[in-house]
Amino acid sequence: MDFGPYLMLAMLEGAVLAAVLALMASGLSLVFGVMRVVNVAHGEFYMLGAVVAWAVTTLLGAGPVLNFVAALIVAPLVVGAMAAAADMVILKRLNYDPERTIVATIGLLYILQQLTLMTYGADARPVVAPFNERIALPWVEWGDKGLSFYFPWGLSTTSYKLFVIAAAVVLIAALKLFMAKTRAGLIMRATQGDREMATAFGVPVERVYALVFGGGAALAALAGVLIVPIQQAHYLMGGDALLLSFIVVIIGGLGSLSGTIVAAILIGLSDGIISVFFTPTLAKMIATLAVALVLVFRPQGLFGGTSR
Amino acid sequence: MLKIEGLRAGYGAAEVLRGVSLSAEPGEITVLMGRNGAGKTTLMKAIMGLVKTSGRIELDGTDLAALPPHQVPRQGVGYVPQGRRLFAELSVAENLEMGLGAGPAQGRAATREEMLELFPRLRERLHQRAGTLSGGEQQMLATARALCLKPKLLLLDEPTEGLQPSMIGAIRQVMVTMRDRGLAVLLVEQRIEAVLELADRVSVIEMGRNAEDFSRAALSGAEGRLRARLGV
Repeated sequence: MDFGPYLMLAMLEGAVLAAVLALMASGLSLVFGVMRVVNVAHGEFYMLGAVVAWAVTTLLGAGPVLNFVAALIVAPLVVGAMAAAADMVILKRLNYDPERTIVATIGLLYILQQLTLMTYGADARPVVAPFNERIALPWVEWGDKGLSFYFPWGLSTTSYKLFVIAAAVVLIAALKLFMAKTRAGLIMRATQGDREMATAFGVPVERVYALVFGGGAALAALAGVLIVPIQQAHYLMGGDALLLSFIVVIIGGLGSLSGTIVAAILIGLSDGIISVFFTPTLAKMIATLAVALVLVFRPQGLFGGTSR
Repeated sequence: MLKIEGLRAGYGAAEVLRGVSLSAEPGEITVLMGRNGAGKTTLMKAIMGLVKTSGRIELDGTDLAALPPHQVPRQGVGYVPQGRRLFAELSVAENLEMGLGAGPAQGRAATREEMLELFPRLRERLHQRAGTLSGGEQQMLATARALCLKPKLLLLDEPTEGLQPSMIGAIRQVMVTMRDRGLAVLLVEQRIEAVLELADRVSVIEMGRNAEDFSRAALSGAEGRLRARLGV
């Protein structure tokens, strides 16, 4: 395959990663933005999304489409409810203290991970994609005989991968609209701005926090459901995802949703391209280096405002 | 109306209020004075339920201190805090929306319109971020936001601090208007000349305790004593 089609293939792989990463990191960013809680357990909610998707499809045993739709609805609800419960039982008791909640969510990470190992086991298990047609992609080239149009061998993607990208775009657009246009979004942004003044204007801050923590986890779970037909569900899958989410959120600016999305596209695409042309390890090294550079030269992130 | 008795409040182990009593009546401006650190702002926060308290804070027979803090504004208490503390990232319209949301469900559109009549400058800036407004405009917005919830008790913590003279006049005018409409206004103010002009009653607190109260009648002859109390 020539360089051009090869690059396009790499970018498509990167775009799938970017889509999933954008969803997951939006959840992390939302939780940090509103609650000032660094949720180290966020990767486990992603893993639980994938595991619950496996459980739902296995228990339901219907056709692939129905199975998947059920997983897409049930997994975020179950995981979101678990996270909201964790918020009320653990984080609320710590009074949302930024340092102590980091330690608490590290504990939560291991509890969730090991409980999954004890129940679900150490195997990676697949979920069948609802549809998975191979789509050959055309390539246009300026050759000896003028413009030529052909399908290079190997340049293809699947309908499911395109669906993942589209689903992430729709979900993130919906999230942005929700935050900008609804009363609930307004209350979340006001709470993010000034918790005490939000209380003084009738906002039950603790209830908002439980919903935000649950909502952030639900976004991670959605990302988990979307990825599981491509990657399989495994109890350790949260680790890498958490690292990449942190990279994205730091580069984008903690708490900035737009920054998070731009950074997810940047990191996702570069990860895809570098992984295909060189090695996945080099991709992670470069992403980590990017974080270091951002922290040195622009600690508030690309899109972050002045920190409070 | 508002009746505070034996109020103690503080932050962690540090007690700031050590048994303060205070009342505010409808149609009156009650001014709370005291030196820096006397506990004026803490008293305001205590009414809003934002600090830990013991003692009674009664508004028309309801014990505010027994309510969860977010229920306090719903009893009709509007708060204009020190330093304004707008939701800086939100637009002017959204800041007003936060006030309206804490008030009665009926007549929100009319209340909003009324606020924009009262502060025409805000109408021109509706879609601007609150953090980008000038100091005077921010104060107008903070006041309008509190009035949006249709309060019967309005708390203002140094609302004219750091403002230009023209703005100070406008804010004072709003306070007088609200008093004449029958609101109980509780004002923290440090400028003696403003207090002499506006106050129907003055309470001075020192080190978290009541020091001296002045009625409107007693106030005109008491300027020297007031100055001595405040050390100005």
